[in-house]
Amino acid sequence: MVPSSYVPLSYYLLLSGFLFACGVVGFLIKRNIITIFMSIELMLNGVNLSFVAFAAHWHALAGQVFVFFVMVVAAAEATVGLAIIIAVYRTRETLNVDQVNLLKL
Amino acid sequence: MNPTLNLWLIPILPLAGAAINGFLGKKASRQGVTTVALLFSGAAFLWALCVAARFSSLSLPYQEFFALWIRSGSFRADFAFYLDQLSLVMLLVVTGVGFLIHVYSIGYMWDDPSYYRFFSYLNLFMFFMLTLVLANNYLLMFIGWEGVGLASYLLIGFWFTKDSAASAGKKAFIVNRIGDFGFLIALFLLIKHFDSLNFKQVFGAVAPLQPETAGAGLLTAVGLLLMIGACGKSAQIPLYTWLPDAMEGPTPVSALIHAATMVTAGVYMVARSHVIFDRAPIALTVVAIIGTLTAFFAATIGIAQTDIKKVLAYSTISQLGYMFMACGVGAFSAGIFHLMTHAFFKGLLFLAAGSVIHAVGGEQDMRKMGGLRSFIPVTFGTMFIATLAIAGVPPLAGFWSKDEILWKAYQASAVYWGIGVVTAFITSFYMFRLLYMTFFGDYRGAQVDAHGTHSHDAHGHGEPHESPMVMLVPLMILALLSLVGGLLGIGDSFEHFLAPVFGSTVAVENAAHGTELLLMGISVAVALLGWWLAYLLYYKRPELPQKIAEALGGFYQAVVHKYYIDELYAALFVKPLIEGSTRILWQDVDRKVIDAAVNDAGEGARHVSDEVRHMQSGNIRSYAGWIAAGSAVVIAFMIWTWTEAR
Repeated sequence: MVPSSYVPLSYYLLLSGFLFACGVVGFLIKRNIITIFMSIELMLNGVNLSFVAFAAHWHALAGQVFVFFVMVVAAAEATVGLAIIIAVYRTRETLNVDQVNLLKL
Repeated sequence: MNPTLNLWLIPILPLAGAAINGFLGKKASRQGVTTVALLFSGAAFLWALCVAARFSSLSLPYQEFFALWIRSGSFRADFAFYLDQLSLVMLLVVTGVGFLIHVYSIGYMWDDPSYYRFFSYLNLFMFFMLTLVLANNYLLMFIGWEGVGLASYLLIGFWFTKDSAASAGKKAFIVNRIGDFGFLIALFLLIKHFDSLNFKQVFGAVAPLQPETAGAGLLTAVGLLLMIGACGKSAQIPLYTWLPDAMEGPTPVSALIHAATMVTAGVYMVARSHVIFDRAPIALTVVAIIGTLTAFFAATIGIAQTDIKKVLAYSTISQLGYMFMACGVGAFSAGIFHLMTHAFFKGLLFLAAGSVIHAVGGEQDMRKMGGLRSFIPVTFGTMFIATLAIAGVPPLAGFWSKDEILWKAYQASAVYWGIGVVTAFITSFYMFRLLYMTFFGDYRGAQVDAHGTHSHDAHGHGEPHESPMVMLVPLMILALLSLVGGLLGIGDSFEHFLAPVFGSTVAVENAAHGTELLLMGISVAVALLGWWLAYLLYYKRPELPQKIAEALGGFYQAVVHKYYIDELYAALFVKPLIEGSTRILWQDVDRKVIDAAVNDAGEGARHVSDEVRHMQSGNIRSYAGWIAAGSAVVIAFMIWTWTEAR
């Protein structure tokens, strides 16, 4: 068994937080829907990384199980999300979220 | 042990008739409706007769449990029936007179398009009235009490397309509510202090109490409140104003509800509660005073009325006053005796009046009648008998009962007696005035045009005509009862019959027999005097009344306008109520407070959301920014609490 102190937990968490923050920033500043979509994936994977890191650190399997769970949901979400994006593009002929604002007051 | 009488059948039968006619009558033929109505009310009468036949073998009071109704703690009220001498008398009067009036109504209402509705209501009334008289507790009695009020409302407003009939119905209902209010509070007091409304239990608890001679107490309060209820239902001062207006209803209704049965419910209730009144002398005095005053005032109003039914209505109020006078001096059995004879002769008077109205095509104004004696001899004959009876001419029914009351009143106070005798004189006068104006002299009505308040398309043209046999037979039966009904009271036998209910007070002062005969003579004399005066004024010298009226001037006008009591009530109660509701409650409270509060709340919500909606830009990234900012706040809060907790 690899000693857990080989790479300290905090390194993983910092990387995880960095990935998550990248996702948030991308989500906030990008206009292209697909980029936003990828930012969401980035956030999910940032969280996933912290899950596996904790799982390794505490020798608990639950964290890894959760990661699989998140991946399954993310895959489903990607299917639906991409379908919606295609539908939006077909009707609006744009991928700029600022122009997808028909529900605006 | 008593045999089972199945008393519950007596009220339930008319209810079944009402239901069948009410739900199915619209499609049924008139003959079908008639059969159902007569069958069920007649069956109730027959069953009442069966009960009467087995009455002597019962141990009284006979009680019959039908179903549990309310049980709350130790309080309990049931659907249960109570039969004693008093309820038997009421039972026979209600079913008997009720059945006769059903028969009469066939002829009177035949041409009415709502024939089935009329009989449905009439049967419904019978049901409630029988519930009222058979109840074994005040609560069930109250159900009947309210129910007859409902039936009365429905029947007064029977021709509801006529505005005056609709408002007369409302007036009757609303004025009765005032009385019912008193009745209800009396019931609450009884529940609070005796934890029961059952007659037997309440009276059992009251009986050992001392009479409240020194000062007013619980029993006085209960008695006075019950009397308020009775004032409403039995049209006594100050709540009598609804009864004259109730004459808007069809005449059989006036006969059944507003003369023979429902309006006597108050008398019955006071008599039923005699155990309470016996121990509340103040309340009893109030009853006597109200009765005496009502008898007198209503009689004086009756003198100047020209509508044949209005005369009879005021006469009814006046006679009810006699009954309360009797109750007030403790002569409950005399009151009930008068109630019974009054049901006969006043029912007859109304039915005969209906026959007259029928004959002249819906006209009710006596000034447009006259000389009808030769056109409608049977109606005239029966009405003459009834007039003799109410005027107190021996040996007809009214003489015996009225004289009994006056004799008892004399024993209590000569004042009651004096007013009673004057009232008897006025009664005799206005009744013979009615008779002379209607049946003697020349016919003053129009020969053709005959569209009255109800449809008389088939007949009602040309000369006045006698009513069909189906209307005349009930008249004759009631005339017979008015002739001989008083004989029940000879030798105090009626009083002896009721003695177990009211306690034995019979034959206390037989020594004063001479006085009684003298008073009897005076009663007969004033009755004949009234007859003579009416004969003089309305037959011999018909120009005289006009002159007298002119001589009396303002006073006569006041009498014609019923002492302006309706106007007074309108100014005192109705107008302030309407004005107050409109100005204060509607325009101020409702619009400026309640509506304003609701509107301002709505406006406020709109203003706030107007400001807040700018958050919703429709821009996804700004939403995301809000989410991120929100999460940041939550995380900051978590960190803050975490460090605080350390």
